[in-house]
Amino acid sequence: MPWTTVQVEKLGNFFITGDHTGDRVLTYRDALHEALDQFLARDPRVFIMGEGVDDVAGVFGTTKGLKEKYGANRVFDTPIAENSMTGIAAGAAMAGLRPVLIHARMDFLLLSLDQLVNHASKWCYMFGGKVPVPMVVRTISARGWGSGAQHSQCIQGMLMNVPGLKIVAPATPYDAKGLMISAIIDNNPVLFVEHRWLHKTTGYVPEEVYSIPIGKGMIHRKGEDITIVAVSYMLVEALKAAEKLREEGISAEVIDPRTLKPFDEKLLLESVGKTGRLLVADTGCKTGSVASEIAAIAAEKAFHVLRKPVRRVCCPDTPTPTSDVLEKAFYPTADDIFAEAVKLVKE
Amino acid sequence: MDKSKWIEVYRTMKLIRLVEQRINDEYKYDEIKTPIHLSIGQEAVAAGVCIHLRKDDYIFGTHRSHSQYIAKGGDIKKMIAELYLRKTGCARGRGGSMHLVDPDVGILGSSAIVGGNIPLGTGTALASKLLGNDRVTVVFFGDGAADEGTFHESLNFAALKKLPVVYVCENNFYAINSHQLSRQVGDNIHKWAQGYGMPGYQVDGNDVLEVSDYAEKAISRCRRGEGPTLIECLTYRWKGHIGTVDDVGEGYRPKEEYDYWVSRCPIKRFAEFLKSRGVLTAELEKSIDREIYELIEDAFRFAQSSPKPSPDELLDFVYAE
Repeated sequence: MPWTTVQVEKLGNFFITGDHTGDRVLTYRDALHEALDQFLARDPRVFIMGEGVDDVAGVFGTTKGLKEKYGANRVFDTPIAENSMTGIAAGAAMAGLRPVLIHARMDFLLLSLDQLVNHASKWCYMFGGKVPVPMVVRTISARGWGSGAQHSQCIQGMLMNVPGLKIVAPATPYDAKGLMISAIIDNNPVLFVEHRWLHKTTGYVPEEVYSIPIGKGMIHRKGEDITIVAVSYMLVEALKAAEKLREEGISAEVIDPRTLKPFDEKLLLESVGKTGRLLVADTGCKTGSVASEIAAIAAEKAFHVLRKPVRRVCCPDTPTPTSDVLEKAFYPTADDIFAEAVKLVKE
Repeated sequence: MDKSKWIEVYRTMKLIRLVEQRINDEYKYDEIKTPIHLSIGQEAVAAGVCIHLRKDDYIFGTHRSHSQYIAKGGDIKKMIAELYLRKTGCARGRGGSMHLVDPDVGILGSSAIVGGNIPLGTGTALASKLLGNDRVTVVFFGDGAADEGTFHESLNFAALKKLPVVYVCENNFYAINSHQLSRQVGDNIHKWAQGYGMPGYQVDGNDVLEVSDYAEKAISRCRRGEGPTLIECLTYRWKGHIGTVDDVGEGYRPKEEYDYWVSRCPIKRFAEFLKSRGVLTAELEKSIDREIYELIEDAFRFAQSSPKPSPDELLDFVYAE
């Protein structure tokens, strides 16, 4: 069993309520699998490529069995050449196909930045809108079990600075399916940010095909005293923190932006307008993070309503350590969000 | 190459040469506000390859791609308008000389990152395979691109998947002022092909008939579903890397080397051949020149009189609808 599977299997199921109702419960992983399965079935332009996508593990189960169902032309393994594979997917998109390219670690995405940033993301603008590049790049961040500095990065903040690239980071099974479908039908390169610790999260997911608009966040929990914006896996920690804050008499509003770029500023500003306090939790290192950008939006557009300075809860600016002791010190949890929120509200 | 295509190829080479000479002449007026990379001296490669392509085949070029755009049948008016960064340009003034595009004839863009276009062309070839059509892609690049990982990664993948792509290396020996032999062990580019499992050839890139023969075979091979080919064409750019300077002499390219290559002018050579066969008469030569002259006049008039983009269009096209 791959080491990350060992770690994730140890996690308890986190059942996400509030974003959808129904009686059909799926894991995040199975929701992704269902979206891919349904779109391979209904759109012949869709295909999946990436390192190991057709092996028995099937990218943590998200592509398992799809090669057997749709054939080796639609779901195929690639050489370990992230940059060119990204460009090859982009070229196929330019010729009218809808590739879903998978980097099983976000760290590997760094090898592909020339094709992603210099080419795929700029092509539409650089050629006056004549050649769109409709592609999805799935990228998965790991955490824990000694993943270390090169197998656990969350560099979504770095990629916020790339014009032409859309970035989504769903945190719930419902959003994972809906945003995967939106990403496939979008006519632009969409970076689909996943976190390994979300794959086992469960929630209500309808069987039918549905999409979630790119650029729209949602309020997961309504509150009055403080706004907590949580990116990707930090939603799980933020929801736990909000429950603890309630016991402390603090009413926290928890927002999941779902799309990081273009960002849903309206939702953020309305919430901060109500609470006057903002805490942003991100899975990445602090400097230049998505949290930094959200804090900057608040400083620019909500300064007059802020009652306290904005707080960011992120990883520190160090590479990820491998020692389990240092790892524990490195990653922020619900307790950190709780402690910062209490300071913001009570001090 | 079939005899019936000789004059068409000659005309294409002449068109490339005269368009670029005109660009060269106009550049000093500072109205073409974009870096230009001229291919004067290299015309036989684009012309000899593209003569065998259909309108729906794809090409991907580089920062030095005027010749390929013209040879593939790109719209000349829109090209010149793009150099003048006008709203009527092929990329609506967003791209400039290094980013020419004409999807109607399979030109899906060109990249100014060395080697950056190689995966993209490999990707359109993958699309042809997955869609089950026989459209071929040609990727043009220089000797500098053979330094890049994208060259090696893409060739490996194309051979593995038997993709309908022809890799055409225009080896003009220089990456800016850096000679090939200061970057590679030498004479190796076409030999990489064998290691990756595809045919590789080195041809005289200033002999349009030789270029054409190898390109024709490679393109037919693609159409038959037999996979990619690498063709290294030895050629020489008369101009410096960028702009209208020559980069010859002290600290630059040796004068003797430059003179040797100018004496092997691909257009002069082919014209002499056509004359020796009685195919190109003085009268036909003049009429081709006249027709090209008018086409160029039209294109520059169109470009110079076209509107520039307005500032309120700045944010258009960041995302496709």
